[in-house]
Amino acid sequence: MNLSLALMLQLTILLPLLATFAIAVTGQKPNLREAVTISTSLAVLYCVVNLYQALNAGASISVSWWALMPGLEISFVVEPLGMLFALIASFLWLITTIYAIGYMRGHGEENQTRFYICFALAISAVMGLAFSANLFTLFIFYEVITLSTYPLVTHAGTEKAKQGGRVYLGILLSTSIAFFLLAIILTWFVSGSLEFKAGGVFDDNVNTTVAGAILVLFVFGIGKAAIMPFHRWLPAAMVAPTPVSALLHAVAVVKAGVFTVLKVCIFIFGLDLLPKLPTTEFLLYLAAISVLLASIVAMRQDNLKARLAYSTVSQLGYITIGALLATSSGVIGSSMHIASHAFGKITLFFCAGAILVASHKSKISEMRGLGFAMPITMAAFFIASLSIIGVPPAGGTWSKWFLLMGTVETGYWFIMITLMLSSLLNIAYLLPIPYHAFFPGKDHPAASSGGIKEAPLPSLIALTITTLGCLTMFIYPQPFYELAKAILTVSGVSHGQ
Amino acid sequence: MLAHLPILQVVLPLMAAPLCWFLNRSKLVWMFALLVCAATSVNSILLLIEVMKSGPIIYELGGWEAPWGIEYRIDQLNAFLLLIISTIGTVVLFAAQTSIQKELDEDRHTLFYSLYLLSLTGMFGIVATGDAFNVFVFLEISSLSAYALIALGRDRRALWAAYQYLIMGTIGATFILIGIGMLYQMTGTLNMSDLATRLVDVGHTRTVFAAFAFLIVGICLKLALFPLHLWLPNAYAYAPSIVTAFLAATATKVAVYLLIRFTFTVFGISFSFTTLPLQSILMVLGLMGVFAASITAIYQQNVKHILAYSSIAQVGYMIIGYSINTSTGVMASLLHLFNHALMKGALFLALGAVMYRIGSVQLSQFQGLGRQMPLTMSAIVIGGLSLIGVPLTVGFVSKWYLLIASVEAGMWPVAVLILLGSLLTIVYIWRIVETAYFKPPLPGREAVKEAPWSFLGPIWLLVIANIYFGIDTRLSVQVAQAASQSLFGINP
Repeated sequence: MNLSLALMLQLTILLPLLATFAIAVTGQKPNLREAVTISTSLAVLYCVVNLYQALNAGASISVSWWALMPGLEISFVVEPLGMLFALIASFLWLITTIYAIGYMRGHGEENQTRFYICFALAISAVMGLAFSANLFTLFIFYEVITLSTYPLVTHAGTEKAKQGGRVYLGILLSTSIAFFLLAIILTWFVSGSLEFKAGGVFDDNVNTTVAGAILVLFVFGIGKAAIMPFHRWLPAAMVAPTPVSALLHAVAVVKAGVFTVLKVCIFIFGLDLLPKLPTTEFLLYLAAISVLLASIVAMRQDNLKARLAYSTVSQLGYITIGALLATSSGVIGSSMHIASHAFGKITLFFCAGAILVASHKSKISEMRGLGFAMPITMAAFFIASLSIIGVPPAGGTWSKWFLLMGTVETGYWFIMITLMLSSLLNIAYLLPIPYHAFFPGKDHPAASSGGIKEAPLPSLIALTITTLGCLTMFIYPQPFYELAKAILTVSGVSHGQ
Repeated sequence: MLAHLPILQVVLPLMAAPLCWFLNRSKLVWMFALLVCAATSVNSILLLIEVMKSGPIIYELGGWEAPWGIEYRIDQLNAFLLLIISTIGTVVLFAAQTSIQKELDEDRHTLFYSLYLLSLTGMFGIVATGDAFNVFVFLEISSLSAYALIALGRDRRALWAAYQYLIMGTIGATFILIGIGMLYQMTGTLNMSDLATRLVDVGHTRTVFAAFAFLIVGICLKLALFPLHLWLPNAYAYAPSIVTAFLAATATKVAVYLLIRFTFTVFGISFSFTTLPLQSILMVLGLMGVFAASITAIYQQNVKHILAYSSIAQVGYMIIGYSINTSTGVMASLLHLFNHALMKGALFLALGAVMYRIGSVQLSQFQGLGRQMPLTMSAIVIGGLSLIGVPLTVGFVSKWYLLIASVEAGMWPVAVLILLGSLLTIVYIWRIVETAYFKPPLPGREAVKEAPWSFLGPIWLLVIANIYFGIDTRLSVQVAQAASQSLFGINP
């Protein structure tokens, strides 16, 4: 391949951006339009994979665009954590596009061109965020993601969509402006740098009270990480069409949040400084409470997408905890959980969407006996649930293992118990769904499929691929583990793994 | 020719204003006025280049030397202001012909253009001159023509609004005149730099204190600083759309310039900020302005009112930056001056386009416009995002510097309040967005067409400028920095 790596890095951001124009132009011809989306996502995936191989080969790739303001450059760099996120996002974008074709057409959605345009724009911003070389660049793309996904959330254009969109934008934009931006400015003022640096930007004799306050601002300001009490936007966003919920609110947007938290913890504060801050412990407990409460709330939801949304809030808490633990197993666990939760949750959302398209059911109580009509979907649901719970033979096992190790190493017993308890709750709110689907019980006629068939083929293909992904990540977690370990090497931490 | 640039800036529109009456055909006058405005823009660009290259330009009117004659003194600060006023004035004028056809009677068109040019003359004069009394003269020229422009509005309430503005504006101008008179009494000179040197000796006298107070209050009336803002909302709401766009983008900026000029150049930083507690007074008023005006904006039903109150809030931000009293603070203030002109120019012009199509700017009338006027509405959305201060728009740049300045000066609470203020902006902007995009079109109204290109052209020019200067900040930041550094006597 002749393309230089720096060019490829830029293409991952620019290609989806350019695709928005192509999609707009081809809007009248749905097949051509979808071809544009798919070929773009293939091209982006190709670039990301190439970058991945180059990174593994030890290349250092960075690009600097221009200085927005003196001293504040928009620049990108390829490092393992960003690579991990970019790999997942670009791969799942391709899969989601395939899924979306089936879903959007099967569901007869309007304004599909606008949908694909905003989608591509959001992905472009996600790529930019993943490869950001400094906090300033990251913040810009963070805001672009919020704004470009707003039309997707409110896609239906109804009163309910408007309300959902209001909460979505209100929380994400407010927290990012009031806390995140403030935290960035304070960081710049205190340390004089926003560069993501190994070991953090603060020097050793920084005032820990100030740094601790900044950390709180960061964790609250990164609303996309959905730490309670700023989690309400995520359930609100469930008014969106299911492919949006699947890719954006299980993968791209929420993972952008926890990714940012990880980035900030590792490369702004540094793993050495983090445990010394007076607020870290408070935030850890807050995240633990968020994990537990969200799981409990999830149990009480009858709407499938709402249940999945609260489950996501809970799982995001795991990742934040791993980042705040600031040990090597915590970081490894968090990074791998980004991957395993992404695959697991997107599968669950795909299933929810497939059920909606095929049977027009969104309430869990109505899904009894659905397993006979939609065996593939429900089997996929079962496997993905296992991954979220964190038991073999699914990928979630490894990440939860490392996270638990992290809590044990640091001696946070309360948090360890919380995590275990939450896993039990996961079982309680996820597994009954496939169970009742296949074993509806005696008083429920098993053959009440009423002409319900499996979802459209593209959707089915997509959810099969992601399910296989969940399984593969159990048997062969090496690529993600290697990347996660490389993060530690990059961040200059010696690790015992 | 090049040597006469400073005076040309003022004289060109001044001479052109009466000439309009000779042409007296709506379209011709428009083209003529446009030509003149474009010429002043070119002139101001040349001036800015010249000043940035070789420092302040001094021009003696009629060849009379400074303390006796009137001197025009162009440094980075006024060159920057001249550029803002002239370019926005030109861009807005592009849409004027289409807009006033709907909003004004045919026989008023010539009057409109000549008043527009006169108002422009006044603003240029205020900014360009180095003579305190001359400031007052031009202030009256620009204000009187502005009153008349507002009164042209077809809504009968425009008369009352113009009258209100006339009363308040005249009080302000009188205060300024009294202040200047007292200064003259104490120093015997009207030349600004002369004043600055002579004021040092008499700076402790009560007369100078009184003069200072009169000047500041008068200027704050003109710049609609809370709580002296009462004239502004109605004046903006009931004036013809073009006039609103023009005044919103320029008039208050000139007053901010006057404030900076008088406190920094004439009275000096130590007098204004050390001897007298200007900082705390203006900081508090600025912050109160941001919150009071933003909250009021949330409850308005007329979109022009929403944006008018938003203008008052934005003036609050400029005053906050100014009263931080550091080089970065003033720079943030100047940047916001430039950026706010771009945002409000775009937004009010877009409202003009809505007015043109549906004859009203009541929020309830915006229902369904997201679909019917997609280009106009997306311009409002982008302008609104810029007002909120989202990255990649100009609003972010000024907010960033404002925050940096307040944190640098150790004023953490101010930084927090600035950020909270922008959250209020989200609320009132999103009221417009939600009405336009989520409500079905009003029943019984004929399908509304997209605005004509004579509107969309200038609107989108400004919208693109909003994004362009949010991405490439070299021009605005450099000039603002140079201007504020020269005020603080820092040599870059």
